[in-house]
Amino acid sequence: MNKITLFFLQLIFFIVVAPFLSGLITKIKNSLRMRKGQSIFQPYYNLIKLFSKIQVVSETASWIFRVTPFILISSTLTVALLVPVFIFSNPLYRMGDFIAIIFIFALGRFFLALAALDTGSSFGGMGSSREMFIASLVEPALCLVVFSVFLQFGSTNLSVFSGMHAVSVSSLVGASALFLVVIAETSRVPVDNQETHLELTMVHEAMALEYSGASLALIELAAQVKQMIWFFLIAQIIFPITTLSLVNLKGLFSWGLWYLARILIIVITMAIVEVSVAKMRLFRVADFLGFAFVLGIIASICAILGA
Amino acid sequence: MLDFLPKQLFLFDPLSLFFIFVIFIVSLPSAIYSLGYFTPKANPCFAGRQAPAAEKNEYSSAKITLFWFLLVLFVLSMCVVVTVGNVLVFLVAWEIMSLVSYFLVVFDTTHEKSIQAGTIYIIMTHIGTAFLVAAFLILHKYAHSFDFAAIKNVCLIMPGPTKDIVFLLLLVGFGTKAGIVPLHVWLPYAHPQAPSQISSIMSGVMIKTAIYGIIRFVIFLLGVNSSWWGVLVLILAVITCLVGVIYALMERDIKRLLAYSSVENMGIILLGVGLAMLLVNMKMPYLAAFALIAGLYHLVNHAIFKGLLFLCAGSVYKATGTRDIEKLGGLIKKMPQTAFYFLIGSMAISALPPLNGFVSEWLTLQVFFLGALNSAGGARLFLGICASMLALTSGLAAACFVKAFGVVFLGLPRSNYAQSAKEVPLSMNFGMFFLSILVIVFGIAAGLVIKLLAKVAAVAMNVDISTMRFSLYNPTLTAQVGLPAKELGKSIYLSTPMIALVLIVMGLAGFVVYRLFAKGKPVSYQTWDCGYYKLDSRNEYTGTAFSKPFRIAFSFFLQPYRKTQKVRESFYQVKSFAYETHTTLVFKKYIYVPLIALVLKSAKFMRRMQPGSIHLYLAYIFSTLLLLIIFMHKF
Repeated sequence: MNKITLFFLQLIFFIVVAPFLSGLITKIKNSLRMRKGQSIFQPYYNLIKLFSKIQVVSETASWIFRVTPFILISSTLTVALLVPVFIFSNPLYRMGDFIAIIFIFALGRFFLALAALDTGSSFGGMGSSREMFIASLVEPALCLVVFSVFLQFGSTNLSVFSGMHAVSVSSLVGASALFLVVIAETSRVPVDNQETHLELTMVHEAMALEYSGASLALIELAAQVKQMIWFFLIAQIIFPITTLSLVNLKGLFSWGLWYLARILIIVITMAIVEVSVAKMRLFRVADFLGFAFVLGIIASICAILGA
Repeated sequence: MLDFLPKQLFLFDPLSLFFIFVIFIVSLPSAIYSLGYFTPKANPCFAGRQAPAAEKNEYSSAKITLFWFLLVLFVLSMCVVVTVGNVLVFLVAWEIMSLVSYFLVVFDTTHEKSIQAGTIYIIMTHIGTAFLVAAFLILHKYAHSFDFAAIKNVCLIMPGPTKDIVFLLLLVGFGTKAGIVPLHVWLPYAHPQAPSQISSIMSGVMIKTAIYGIIRFVIFLLGVNSSWWGVLVLILAVITCLVGVIYALMERDIKRLLAYSSVENMGIILLGVGLAMLLVNMKMPYLAAFALIAGLYHLVNHAIFKGLLFLCAGSVYKATGTRDIEKLGGLIKKMPQTAFYFLIGSMAISALPPLNGFVSEWLTLQVFFLGALNSAGGARLFLGICASMLALTSGLAAACFVKAFGVVFLGLPRSNYAQSAKEVPLSMNFGMFFLSILVIVFGIAAGLVIKLLAKVAAVAMNVDISTMRFSLYNPTLTAQVGLPAKELGKSIYLSTPMIALVLIVMGLAGFVVYRLFAKGKPVSYQTWDCGYYKLDSRNEYTGTAFSKPFRIAFSFFLQPYRKTQKVRESFYQVKSFAYETHTTLVFKKYIYVPLIALVLKSAKFMRRMQPGSIHLYLAYIFSTLLLLIIFMHKF
């Protein structure tokens, strides 16, 4: 297939499937809580609903507030192009690596945090301050995860992951550290709560509080795509998968099944974790991410020892 | 006998030329900026108020002439420092640079704080110079010459322990200028007090001359002797990064925030330099050269964006008359251009792609990773942890600049100062515009810059870089750095133009979708206020509030102190609350205050020798003479 087609395929794949994963997590959570819960497709309905609403922009807000949704979605989609899903090796893989991904995500976060301050509401300030606090503590743990992966494969290039064949102790520990990081990055329960708009608990929701209509839809979509990207990255580390070979249809089928199954495993784990732990105080998050950092060190040590 | 006369006065190798370049790209816009800075301003906020002359920017013409004279002398002395090939002349130029910058720090003499800041600065800088003199004298004792060439030759045969001592002396000497923690104390005092274009040159360039000193004297002349040198520099660099950025986060004076952030960035530069020192000792000259490239890249980047940010801070100060971020806010509407430039600078310093800070931090992280891959055992873990600390630093720096930009430029104005701000004149904006363009250019043209810096690093490290591959893939302009086969043989790739392009395309795609499908035009309405009557600036998050989580998380280091007081009208009615919060400056409290007390105490003790009696003084002279005669006779 043509490279350009693959690009579009990958982009569309991320945009179309990402809300589904969010809906799936919510559905599993509700099932675990013995609730009927919303439809699994609710995130799609929400996006459509938001696009059909007229948005309200704060009088205090400047152009920063208006451009942020676009910067957020563009940074997220740029990362989506760097993750090996359909495109395992292409000229674009030289564009950036795992480290660059961290920084490109930081671009979107930077603007969202600024937009939150832009409206002059104290909720926004609260969210912005907390988000930057959590994000800065995430960085060292994330860096060590990248480091442990790098030590095993000698490259930070994401397409190298697709060449991985076996699971090692290091990648297991590294992936669990990454899992904790992703909980914080995707504003999941012990760190943040996507379901509530209570000022004491919210971080990401507080930043997006002043957004409405299509802008909010873009921000939500960006958050969902970002979550999906992280799930794929964990999957690539913990459940290595070989490059797709179009030899026969049966092989393709089982490959695709396993490809999706590993994402499902992560989704289910995430839902179970979210249901079974309580939201922690903001200042406990430092300990939580400190734990992720220690796991990162252990993963690095395992990688150094060759385990 | 005339050995102190220089044989080769100047040397213009790529290393020197690189620093000359850095000096001029910051000094030029700063000089243009000065044109506008000295025009008196008409902020209505000062109308009924007795503001100090410096706040009103009322400078006499003689003083302005003096300023230009000092500025030229300052830039020239820095140029001499980085080009001279003789230790003695180097010291003279170094001293002129320090003294002239002292006069520039105290330029606004109406501020009592300026005088105090200047005093701290001049004491610290002279302590540093004393260490340098000691190091240079030891070098002279071996080389019998002050010329770099002679010193370089003799350093090859110098005994190891002597080299160690010289290295430590040089590290303290240059470290004082560079602001390595715990020698950074002067920086947050001196930089904010100088006029902003001077802060910009001081922070952007002057402290970089110390990095030049370390590269020139330690790496180039002395030659790295043992691996603990590099480890020591790396540990100091990590501490410098973290301490600098944590203090910057706590700061509410915008220029002091930038000064602390300079401390942090000097740490990042030193990470590159220190890693180069470590790797060269581990017999990996190519990787070492690469580490130095990363360090130098961050050096030029920091010069550009810190210069830019200081100029912006100066514009804010000129327009509002205050540097306290808690009194600012909403300036993006009053000063749209300054706000935009400050945003560019903040993005660059927070290492956001595709700007220049991102490239150099990415390179530094890559070098740490590659260095770890090429070493073994504990060294790997050490380098990995250094890299993760760099990541933490960049995360905290992003938080710091979200705070700086958000509180100063966004939201509602928090005082009349901010309410009555006006955009600054064209010449000032031009200075900022010039540097903003450079921020973007140095980000996009990363491959080209790396290629040029490789030549500088090659001279400094004395490596033949022709076996390293530096290339630019067309048309994506991907920068490639390839190491020779005996050192990993790996290549790393980064394409900032491509990232920029994809970011823009995706953003535009988002915009098109938005325009096609979003319903209606956005309605303007007030910020949601929970049904409260009307939100005003008092409801906004302040800078202090923003940094609260960090203050609590790092409380073991910051030792925050908080006092709340109720002012009562009567027993039943509380009239107002007073709230006060401080963080403890641990280095000042636990190192400098006891040290100063010790010096004063010993001075008091020495004073007993000087009671004012002429007889006693004559006795001193006589006994000295006697001792000297005995000394001469016996030895």
